[in-house]
Amino acid sequence: MSMVLTMRPLRGAHLRLVFAAVIGALLLSTPSVVRAQDGDAEVKGSITDVDESGEKVGIAGVVIIATDADGNEAGRGETDAGGAWSITLPEGDYAIELDTSTLPEGSGLRNPDKNPVAISLIPGDSKSALFPLGESTVEADTTIQVVQLAVDGLKLGLIIAMCAIGLSLIYGTTGLTNFAHGEAVTFGAMIGFLLNVTGVFGYRMPLIAAAVVVVLVSGFAGWVFNRFVWAKMRRRGASLIAALVMSIGFSIFFRYVMLFQFGGRAGFYDDFRLQSKWDLVVFSVAPKDVVLMALSVAALVAVASALQFTRIGKAMRAVADNRDLAESSGIDVEQVISRVWIAGTALAGLGGVFLGVTESISWDMGFRILLLMFAGVTLGGLGTAYGALFGSIIVGMFIQLSTLIIPTDMKNVGALITLVVILLIRPQGLLGRKERIG
Amino acid sequence: MDWGAVLENTMRGLIGEQFVYFALAAIGLNIHFGYTGLLNFGQAVFMAAGAYGLAMAVATMGLNFWVGIVLGMAVFPLILSAIMGIPTLRLRADYLAIVTIAASEMFRIIARSPSLDKWTGSSDGLTAFATTFYDLSPFDRSQRYLFGLFIGNQMWVVLVGWVLVALAALVVWTLIRSPWGRVLKAIREDEDAARSLGKNAYWFKMQALMLGGVIGAAGGMLRAIGTQSAQPQNFITDVTFFAWVALILGGVAKVGGPILGAAILYGVLNFTDIVLRQMVESGIISSSIMNGTQVGQVRFMLIGLGLILLSAFRPQGVLGSKEEMALDDR
Repeated sequence: MSMVLTMRPLRGAHLRLVFAAVIGALLLSTPSVVRAQDGDAEVKGSITDVDESGEKVGIAGVVIIATDADGNEAGRGETDAGGAWSITLPEGDYAIELDTSTLPEGSGLRNPDKNPVAISLIPGDSKSALFPLGESTVEADTTIQVVQLAVDGLKLGLIIAMCAIGLSLIYGTTGLTNFAHGEAVTFGAMIGFLLNVTGVFGYRMPLIAAAVVVVLVSGFAGWVFNRFVWAKMRRRGASLIAALVMSIGFSIFFRYVMLFQFGGRAGFYDDFRLQSKWDLVVFSVAPKDVVLMALSVAALVAVASALQFTRIGKAMRAVADNRDLAESSGIDVEQVISRVWIAGTALAGLGGVFLGVTESISWDMGFRILLLMFAGVTLGGLGTAYGALFGSIIVGMFIQLSTLIIPTDMKNVGALITLVVILLIRPQGLLGRKERIG
Repeated sequence: MDWGAVLENTMRGLIGEQFVYFALAAIGLNIHFGYTGLLNFGQAVFMAAGAYGLAMAVATMGLNFWVGIVLGMAVFPLILSAIMGIPTLRLRADYLAIVTIAASEMFRIIARSPSLDKWTGSSDGLTAFATTFYDLSPFDRSQRYLFGLFIGNQMWVVLVGWVLVALAALVVWTLIRSPWGRVLKAIREDEDAARSLGKNAYWFKMQALMLGGVIGAAGGMLRAIGTQSAQPQNFITDVTFFAWVALILGGVAKVGGPILGAAILYGVLNFTDIVLRQMVESGIISSSIMNGTQVGQVRFMLIGLGLILLSAFRPQGVLGSKEEMALDDR
């Protein structure tokens, strides 16, 4: 446990520009730098960001320029240590512009269209101009939105697929519905955080190297988990229901150990924090997401071809298909199961790192995505490797596209409702066969 | 270390409010799993149905308290059983498990969503729906009862809870000895055999899901009344497994199993909680190892550990017999 003990994020070590928000000076009740005098008016605001511990932190040194109706500079202000700024101006109409070159690296305006802001002042006025920071959310028309959401959905679907293949193969080879598989995802993300952000013996790795270590550590953890828990349960002939309840016990136990160590807040990797997106006419995508999608596809293709063409892959499919027949034809079933655990957990760990890069790292991220994995593998067909892949991508796209209709904070509900509907219409899933469900 | 406080807290765990809520939830689960073999991992949603049924009726819609009781105890849990049961009860056991656990997550997302705030109160939940209940209380609000364990209002909740637990146990005891109960057990042992005798296994399983759900909803409703609030946080997915640990610990398929299990579970949880809290406060455990917030997380770890150890080493619990029904029954 001492290794995990160091996993708590170093509070305030770096200013983490996560979400960004600007709260008007009225709300903050920050005393303005220059008081408005009679006949003059004041424009003020405050540029803040949220650091890793969720606290608002002002950004100093951002320049705000006020331009009058004739296009001449009428005044400028700079944010103080608390992020507050204020410009005193005579009566008139102004354009208030934030000089984006003075923002710290990695920050950008959430609404680039709303810079400059038009404002008109009468004597004695004290108005706020808001410049929220964060990722751009420019409104688009529906067609463009659909393409954008489909791309986001594909990204999510590929990550779900990477995590879900292990779940499906473990089910196929051992019959265990492993509820602790979500924690393998969290585990991978957390090991990545430990190596990339917290550092081991004061040394921090770049995330790409950390991801390689995550795959190795996760694979080893999968081997240990199978060898010392599940292989023993199988040897004792424990029922599948006892095993299932046990896996839930592990899920809850691991999850709260991670909460204990990591805390309830979201964490972020140091690398690839905020990238400006490539604008590709109909959709925009961050370079990191393109790389992630390419890597996920590569990993999935590698797994699929390993299953299709290699000896061990064929043996895995044989055991998943019919354990007794596989065993009687000379396949070492326990060895195959062990390999399935190693590969499945390693993939889930890598999926956790990917999820941490695109979203954030939190103690219950794995549990959240576990239910989406279930939706994916049920849709594709529980126990089939390709079904898991196929179903997960559909679920990912469905989740993102459903935000066209339902509020974003409820998007996962759509995926879970699909799960129920699939069971009603075609319980064996799209690629599954009927005898598995009875 | 204040041993008086430790004793008081442990006693409250053994017979107090938490015991009552979870004994009811576990009795419901016992009908599901113990007698019918259904893997319901969404008992927390049934509890939430009871809590929100009452709270939404009174606080959101302004209906009469007793209408709220009917909504929370009957209408909401029955609709929920239908939604979860119709797609899954024809399928193998783990599909119900997945759907019920997914229902818990759906509940969490929906109940916390700000877009439904005017109905559900989102994260803050709903309050002020239990006045009628406390107006009926024969106990003096400012007095302490039962060796000072409970103040008046708590005593009233706990007393009503004990009566409900006893009633539920009686209902289960009678029903399981009836022909109806024998069909449930037959389905648990061999569904195909039961069907070959002309029993509609699907419909019997649905009835079991409904009955257990209603009892669970009673537990949830009482929890909402006792805390005087219906909050999503009190009915998250993990809450289900407090009831599961209570059931397995006490003994599956025994009438007294869930009751004994809930008492032991909350005795142990409250004991660890207060001991750890006092050790943290007095500095015996340094704050670099554990702080006050983290003490609250320990009880969830204990629940996880309980599930692991019970399923590995004592699947029949305290009262159960391996011959009749145990967690690892094949």
